[in-house]
Amino acid sequence: MSFAWAKQYEPKTPLTKWLDEKLPLPRLVYNAVGAGYPVPRNLNYMWNFGVLAGFCLMIQIVTGVVLAMHYAANQAVAFGTVEHIMRNVNWGWALRYAHANGASFFFIVVYLHIFRGFFYSSYKAPREMIWLLGVVIFLLMMATAFMGYVLPWGQMSFWGAQVITGLFGAIPLVGEPIQHWILGGFAPDNAALNRFFSLHFLLPFVILGVVILHIWALHIPGSSNPSGVEVKSESDTVPFHPYYTAKDGFGLGVFLIAFASMVFFLPNALGHPDNYIEANPLSTPALIVPEWYFYPFYAILRAFTGDLTIPFTGIVLIPAKLLGVIAMFGSILVWFFLPWLDKSPVRSGHYRPLFNKFFWFGLIPTMAALFYLGGAHAEEPYIMLSQIFTAYYFLHFLVILPIVSQIEVPKPLPFSITEAVLGKDTAAEPRTGTTAAGETGAAPDGSLQPAE
Amino acid sequence: MASDTAVISETGTEEGVRRRDWIHIAALSTAGVGGASLLIPLVSQMSASADVLAASTTEVDVSAIQPGQSIKAVFRKQPLFVKRLTPEEIAAAKKDDAAAMRDPATLAERTKAGHEDILVTMGVCTHLGCVPLGAAEGENKGEFGGYFCPCHGSHYDVAGRIRKGPAPLNLAVPEYEFTSDAVIRVG
Repeated sequence: MSFAWAKQYEPKTPLTKWLDEKLPLPRLVYNAVGAGYPVPRNLNYMWNFGVLAGFCLMIQIVTGVVLAMHYAANQAVAFGTVEHIMRNVNWGWALRYAHANGASFFFIVVYLHIFRGFFYSSYKAPREMIWLLGVVIFLLMMATAFMGYVLPWGQMSFWGAQVITGLFGAIPLVGEPIQHWILGGFAPDNAALNRFFSLHFLLPFVILGVVILHIWALHIPGSSNPSGVEVKSESDTVPFHPYYTAKDGFGLGVFLIAFASMVFFLPNALGHPDNYIEANPLSTPALIVPEWYFYPFYAILRAFTGDLTIPFTGIVLIPAKLLGVIAMFGSILVWFFLPWLDKSPVRSGHYRPLFNKFFWFGLIPTMAALFYLGGAHAEEPYIMLSQIFTAYYFLHFLVILPIVSQIEVPKPLPFSITEAVLGKDTAAEPRTGTTAAGETGAAPDGSLQPAE
Repeated sequence: MASDTAVISETGTEEGVRRRDWIHIAALSTAGVGGASLLIPLVSQMSASADVLAASTTEVDVSAIQPGQSIKAVFRKQPLFVKRLTPEEIAAAKKDDAAAMRDPATLAERTKAGHEDILVTMGVCTHLGCVPLGAAEGENKGEFGGYFCPCHGSHYDVAGRIRKGPAPLNLAVPEYEFTSDAVIRVG
């Protein structure tokens, strides 16, 4: 974002001047993450997670490329090559644990990043595109993680692949042909394993491309902030470097402490022990579950136990399996529509009392419950609970949010970020009715600032 | 207002060292140590893994080799020639110890004390890597009665020394020892 007061990049040495003329990469970096990018001064730690997510992507790519030097994607040897990595390859155990736990941490960070978006309405105008790209990144992450989990060819790898590719069979008419096309056969076998390895290697680089678009789209309007009031003047911002490079560096340090603790002391805590058993197509584990980060979606999938029928006739409109699949994908697809479902002109949950209550007492407990239920056995009372919380989930986004956003009375907003941080903003003095300050877009009472 | 948000520049020339320099140096050093320690596994993982290292020794039973006979074994995935020299061959090799050759070496230097009739060399020509002839029955032993590399015509003598042809060095003698009179362990 070129705020008028952004510092300009000035190459000093002959080398940097030459570079700036031929390939202005230093200028790009300066304007993106350097002193040339003004950022609201009031960002809290919930704004750290974007950078952390990018860092996690780097960890996954580096450890992944290195693991791929030792792994072989043939069902006869795949499990063995993973054990070879764990036992024979120098530091192989550390690289494998870093990659597996790195995926978990990637999802932890991204979920926190998304929840920041939910609470502070980061998806609202003018940042809709950033949000849409973000949902695309999340879908790509899910595909990548799913395929990566299949590669060790353990029991959970195989049966997870069986279940998820089986979902495609639920699509009417073309479902089974599509399922066989994806698998390259009738059940997960060599064909599926090999193509999953190829795609698992490819997709992170696709994610990288979309992340670049995501950051580019962000730099057009600039970062949002916890007050939800857009940047008005220079006193609202600080340059990204050194303020947020330092803050993100600190956050990275905390993250790495947590990450290293898991990798070195609790490396299998988030994994499923059944995946240390070689895949056996003839023996299904007692409980097939995906990795923990897919639990809420798995809970939604399994919540649908009854077919959608026309009452009192035997006619099945939509079978339960298909309902589950539609709901599971739908639960992520609703996120695409958030910018248009949430009609409040106020962004930050801090100034939206009714929204705040539904967020903390509705959405958060629902997500926590769905996480838990995804890992539970498919029996009562878990089935009933999954159904209740799935119902609330869709109710929240499709009904509650649009209604609340239109009927609630928000708290008065601060005039500017400067006022929110310092208590007063001298630029806000002529607030008492005159427009002498020439502040375009400032409402006379300064309370409701339309999201521009 | 602008000064509130000015970038902190490195101006401390009046006082020399500023307070904040300490935290800069401490933080960047810690990050540097972290980064370096991260690099070690990433580089080390490409080195030989434990199973490759474990497969890096070979044992050969030499008791069945007759004088004048060679056998081919495998050492670290490459051919290994183990030959038992006849007394004539030993004499011929010793006679040439002082002869002019590209890579001077004596028979004694290339065999173990008390076992000068056992010659252990790699079966890899030191020119460009072909497997020389002369280890098996009836193969061309070259002009010096040892080994002959058909690729570019390198002739090795009975002690595996390069005598004619483009190879720069004698056939490599790997590290080995006699674990008993009948068995050698290579590597």
